[in-house]
Amino acid sequence: MSFDTFLQHLTNGISLGSLFALIAIGYTMVYGILRLINFAHGDIVMMSSYFMIYFMSAMPWYAAILLVIISTVLLGVLIERVAYKPLREASRMSIMISAIGVSYLLENLANYIFTGVPKGYPDMPVLTKGLHIGSLSVQSASIVIPIITILILVLLINLINHTKTGMAMRAVAKDYETASLMGIQINRVIAVTFAIGSLLAAIGSIFWGARYPSVYPLMGVMPGLKCFIAAVLGGIGSIPGAVLGGFLLGMGETMLVAFFPTLTGYRDAFAFIVLIIILLVKPTGILGEKTTDKV
Amino acid sequence: MKKSFKWIAFIMVYVMILSTFLSGCSSNGGSTAANSGSGGSAAASNDSEVIKIGVFEPLTGENGGGGSQETDGIKYANEVYSEVLGKKVELVIVDNKSDKGEATTAVTRLIEKDGVVAIIGSYGSGVSIAAGDIIKQAGIPAMGASCTNPMVTQGNEYYFRACFLDPFQGTVMANYAIQNGAKTAAVITQNGDDYSTGLGNFFKQAFVKLTGDEGSIVADMVFQTNDQDFNAILTNIKAANPDVIFAPSSIATAPLIIKQARALGITCPIMGGDTWENVSIIDVAGSDAEGVVISTFFDENDTAATDEAKAFVKGYKERLGGDDAVIPAVAALGYDAYIIVLDAIERAGSTDGAAIRDALAETDGFEGVTGAFRFDENGDAQKSVAIIKTVKDGQFEYLSTVTVNE
Repeated sequence: MSFDTFLQHLTNGISLGSLFALIAIGYTMVYGILRLINFAHGDIVMMSSYFMIYFMSAMPWYAAILLVIISTVLLGVLIERVAYKPLREASRMSIMISAIGVSYLLENLANYIFTGVPKGYPDMPVLTKGLHIGSLSVQSASIVIPIITILILVLLINLINHTKTGMAMRAVAKDYETASLMGIQINRVIAVTFAIGSLLAAIGSIFWGARYPSVYPLMGVMPGLKCFIAAVLGGIGSIPGAVLGGFLLGMGETMLVAFFPTLTGYRDAFAFIVLIIILLVKPTGILGEKTTDKV
Repeated sequence: MKKSFKWIAFIMVYVMILSTFLSGCSSNGGSTAANSGSGGSAAASNDSEVIKIGVFEPLTGENGGGGSQETDGIKYANEVYSEVLGKKVELVIVDNKSDKGEATTAVTRLIEKDGVVAIIGSYGSGVSIAAGDIIKQAGIPAMGASCTNPMVTQGNEYYFRACFLDPFQGTVMANYAIQNGAKTAAVITQNGDDYSTGLGNFFKQAFVKLTGDEGSIVADMVFQTNDQDFNAILTNIKAANPDVIFAPSSIATAPLIIKQARALGITCPIMGGDTWENVSIIDVAGSDAEGVVISTFFDENDTAATDEAKAFVKGYKERLGGDDAVIPAVAALGYDAYIIVLDAIERAGSTDGAAIRDALAETDGFEGVTGAFRFDENGDAQKSVAIIKTVKDGQFEYLSTVTVNE
């Protein structure tokens, strides 16, 4: 293929990868603290998109974005309080099943309230403007998203490593019971974790809506699954790992289609094959920590 | 204390979500998820006072949008014509969730539990084909409204359809493309969807035959259900530089394909099949949808329309909320499917499956909203007319009618 086409594919891959990375961070954060894979995360992104549609129709974009972020955070924290907190003492299986239940609840609630007909995500010209650089056609979003993702990554690493809240989060991740014995407010820490995760979901939904403006109740299913795979690929529990996993998966999918056009039908299969391979070869993921069992 | 807090929390969640969005929520194509339990009476076959007709549609899942619109057309027809043979007609609606496995369960339930005398549906050829065998074995006649794949009625004397077929549709679109100067084409189809793959194949065959050039299909791409990112596929297509792109897909993916193609700088015309005649595509794709060409079954502004059609257009627009509303073609087909079935029951004079089936086969010149009906030996409506529309100024505009004389 020509160099131009390759560059275009590269751009597509980076753009898709950074979107995956953004949402994967949400998965990995919750897992790190609670050892819970929040399957409802993809659906929180979907609900956030619907929130945006309704808020945008009633007020200017700066107010709408603020309200969307606040309502998504509230939704995330509420889900945690209602569906996950009561199960903290139960087995890991129970809480995971609860997460799957929340996922179905959100999807069907959205289908009932908003109907299955796809709605259009409000256009935000600053993000959807088409730029033509040489022979490359990119949306301005494709340039903005990777930059914001890296920014968020840096901010989060700072938060985790250099603030008191971050230290509390690391303590809870290390040993839940001892941390509570040390006087750390577990409920607050977990609520903050979910709040940050939902904040990222809200930002993710804004960018997702700019790139793929079709909003329907099942739109969170595939992205949710793929971002979960990205988080596992990079090392679940590690935030830089989630970003790395996201980029790798996004680039890998795009390049698969680029170099093997006849295999476009197997694009999703690629993600799942990657999951199986990583679980067989290095289950803790690329940047995952080796967990040593202390005697 | 803890338990009641859980309850309060749960109710709060529900109320919070509902109350925040109830104000913005539209009632278009009203989702009838609640109705799927309406046939719940344990009674076996028909009461002496009620004739039950089954409605077998996707109300959720990938095709939930189109299915809801088709169901609404059927419900409207039931309101307009609510009696036959002196008894009230009751609709039993089941949701096949756009899933083939679920389809067989749904149809079995309609036949065995609800005891329907006829079935209308489904939107989506895949689920219709899946349900075909059960329908044939039970001896209950079925009328498909918008399922266009030939396999729905092939070899199944109990399945009829009110719309045209994909081989016809594919040829029509290929003809249109070539008449407008296209020499090469790219085709994008959805893996695992019978409608999409079938229609794509018919288009390819017709295009190759008409251009006489084996290599005129320069790109043939496949995507998975629920895919949202088409940039990789479209970049490959851009490199192949076709004169036209044909992408028969569902309404969930159509605006994404259109928008991403335009964002990548692809300027050639984009064409779709009958599923694309849906306002949601223009809503989502916005100005990028200008110039998209589709084939469809129904034109609400047809001046040569029958009286039935005129009454339908007027009444249904009111139901949708005013003159600005656009009637989805599948609603018109759903309406037609219902009134044809009712007419057959009337002529058969009984609710016996085989009798209704024979009456359906004998339908000759029955005037529906989308044309006059006559069924061939496969159970397909003999429709030699397709309507081509394009998107102009944010609306579907009639472009031309194509008649193929067999």
